[in-house]
Amino acid sequence: MWSLHEKSEKNSGLLAIFVLIVVSIGAIVEIIPLFYLENTVEKVEGVRPYTPLELAGRNIYLREGCYLCHSQMIRPFRDEVERYGHYSIAAESMYDHPFQWGSKRTGPDLARVGGRYSNDWHIAHMRNPRSVVPESVMPAYPFLEEKFLNYDDIDKHMVALRRVGVPYTDEMIAAAKEDVAMQVNPDAEKIEEFLNRYPKAVVANFDKKDEITELDALLAYLQMLGTLVDFSNYEQPER
Amino acid sequence: MVATTNNNTGEVKYYDKAIRYFTISAIFWGIIGFTVGLFIACQLFLPSYLNIGEYFTFGRLRPVHTSAVIFAFGGSVLIATSFYCVQRTCRAALYGGDKLSMFVFWGYQLFIVLAASGYVMGITQGREYAEPEWYVDLLLTVVWVAYFVIFMGTILRRKEQHIYVANWFYLAFIITVAVLHIFNNLAIPVEINGWKSYSAFSGVQDAMVQWWYGHNAVGFFLTAGFLGIMYYFVPKQINQPVYSYRLSIVHFWALIFLYVWAGPHHLHYTALPDWTQTLGMVFSLMLLMPSWGGMINGIMTLSGAWHKLRTDPIIRFMIVSISFYGMSTFEGPMMAIKEVNALSHYTDWTIGHVHSGALGWVAMISFSALYYLVPRLWNKERLYSLQLVNLHFWICTIGIVLYITAMWVSGIMQGLMWRDYDENGYLTYSFAETVAQMEPYYIIRALGGFLFLIGALVMTYNLWRTIKGDLREEEPVGGEYAKKLQAQAA
Repeated sequence: MWSLHEKSEKNSGLLAIFVLIVVSIGAIVEIIPLFYLENTVEKVEGVRPYTPLELAGRNIYLREGCYLCHSQMIRPFRDEVERYGHYSIAAESMYDHPFQWGSKRTGPDLARVGGRYSNDWHIAHMRNPRSVVPESVMPAYPFLEEKFLNYDDIDKHMVALRRVGVPYTDEMIAAAKEDVAMQVNPDAEKIEEFLNRYPKAVVANFDKKDEITELDALLAYLQMLGTLVDFSNYEQPER
Repeated sequence: MVATTNNNTGEVKYYDKAIRYFTISAIFWGIIGFTVGLFIACQLFLPSYLNIGEYFTFGRLRPVHTSAVIFAFGGSVLIATSFYCVQRTCRAALYGGDKLSMFVFWGYQLFIVLAASGYVMGITQGREYAEPEWYVDLLLTVVWVAYFVIFMGTILRRKEQHIYVANWFYLAFIITVAVLHIFNNLAIPVEINGWKSYSAFSGVQDAMVQWWYGHNAVGFFLTAGFLGIMYYFVPKQINQPVYSYRLSIVHFWALIFLYVWAGPHHLHYTALPDWTQTLGMVFSLMLLMPSWGGMINGIMTLSGAWHKLRTDPIIRFMIVSISFYGMSTFEGPMMAIKEVNALSHYTDWTIGHVHSGALGWVAMISFSALYYLVPRLWNKERLYSLQLVNLHFWICTIGIVLYITAMWVSGIMQGLMWRDYDENGYLTYSFAETVAQMEPYYIIRALGGFLFLIGALVMTYNLWRTIKGDLREEEPVGGEYAKKLQAQAA
């Protein structure tokens, strides 16, 4: 064995190849099965791609680095389930490119924050978190309600996501820009069509302003988080 | 500047220009990274005052801190020391000479500047430690290939039959980081002339790929590479060979094999399948053995010469650094046990653990290498002041201890508060109440970070005076004992 090693010490090509092989094994065993084992992601009803407005909001969530202080992954512990709701399942993030499970809770978990607080609460919270939660250490985001949402290319984002596996239909992509405007206008004529495309989407003038702002988008995203799967008769399959 | 530098062998001319540049950039980015770290630490207890406008919020600055210290500071140290070590241990000139190595230098600086300025403007992939967007990733890939070509090319030119152990570690670091970087950043850009891209993977697979990357950024960037530093600079500074050659072989292969499996311990009790979590935990536990193999090999290199600790503060840096390595590689496997992780995950304990490795191990071994390199690279007789090295050592050590103990207390306390129930079976604390309890520890942590930064500024001053060619008249480190030794030598 030592003499075999001596060969690799004298031959840099051999050393490099050995290294490559040795560091590949763990990755191959742990990662590749996750792509083909069928029980990796549970089959559940309700999970759908994000609406164009939610998608834009999710991109703001990424841009501001929210994931650095907020997790979106409730663990199956009594205290977490009581505090945040049903534990998270894999299917709920199956269309998340990238995933946003997070690694730190400087602030609370957001996996099921959807519907927990009113839009008014969120508006006040984003303007100044300490006005509604005195202990909060979160930065204020007053600029979100002042910036108009740029969604000129939102359909292109959906095309890119379709390329990596999100099932956006041609119809969804064609209606993308209209759908953004529709989701902030509960009185829109074709709202039923929109809700057929995106069941359980929250339709509201989130920021209570006439224009479509970045706050509208972020709140559309936050208000749907964790609301898609109906857990009333959910049974966790063996994995 | 002159392309080549004189050396002791008399035959080979070494290319040291890029090493000097990377040494300066290590010091520069170190100060930037530590300062941003201190700033965001203060944001957590002064949120209303220090989160400034749109661009300087915690969420946008935190990746600036992590990228600046890991990739800018750590990366500069790794490239500088690897170029230095590979030439000396192979007795060969750097492949590609000044031209290719300076390309790596400027390419790497451009990567850092594009990445960090992007974060502040909100350009990010939203993946921890892999925030740079696709076009910055492509740039880094090109630079990294050039780095690999230089390193491998130099090894191929070697006049020594054996490849020295430090170079195995550097090589494993360069190869594995390339693999990690490429696969974790697979993404589809929205438009070829826009910055935004979407990850090729989603949800559970994306999480696994990301933490395979994330944990091995620790394992190969911050561990294997820095073990390369240990294997060259510790024996050189002590002037004794490495303690055990066989131990270095065993722990090298065991370390690089086992590290790759450990990623899932970042995803315990998540929606990642249980079998993957269990594998990750078991391999993380096994990882203790090769980690401690490296620690033992490093520390025991000093055996028979322990008295040098009394007079050489650079060796103090090295030994304490390797001790922190041993401590954090004990703490890591412990935190990878699912039951422990249930408490520690999502809390400051993780932050404390990372910093005992990053400040204690990575930064301290880096400081010792910089103190070793600067007089030699600029052809100076010695450092400006060993007393200042000693001062740096103590300020830095006290800062680290304050930092990690504050995070232990805050992390464990918050974890226990989250799961606490009152006598009626209700959760005792709201989340906000647990946040309120963090404030004193956030302040102590910032104080620790402040001391660490002051120490680094002392080093910067010392190295600047050294490069200028100044020598400080001073008492020797070690007091009476050192004077006695000097008298004997005279």
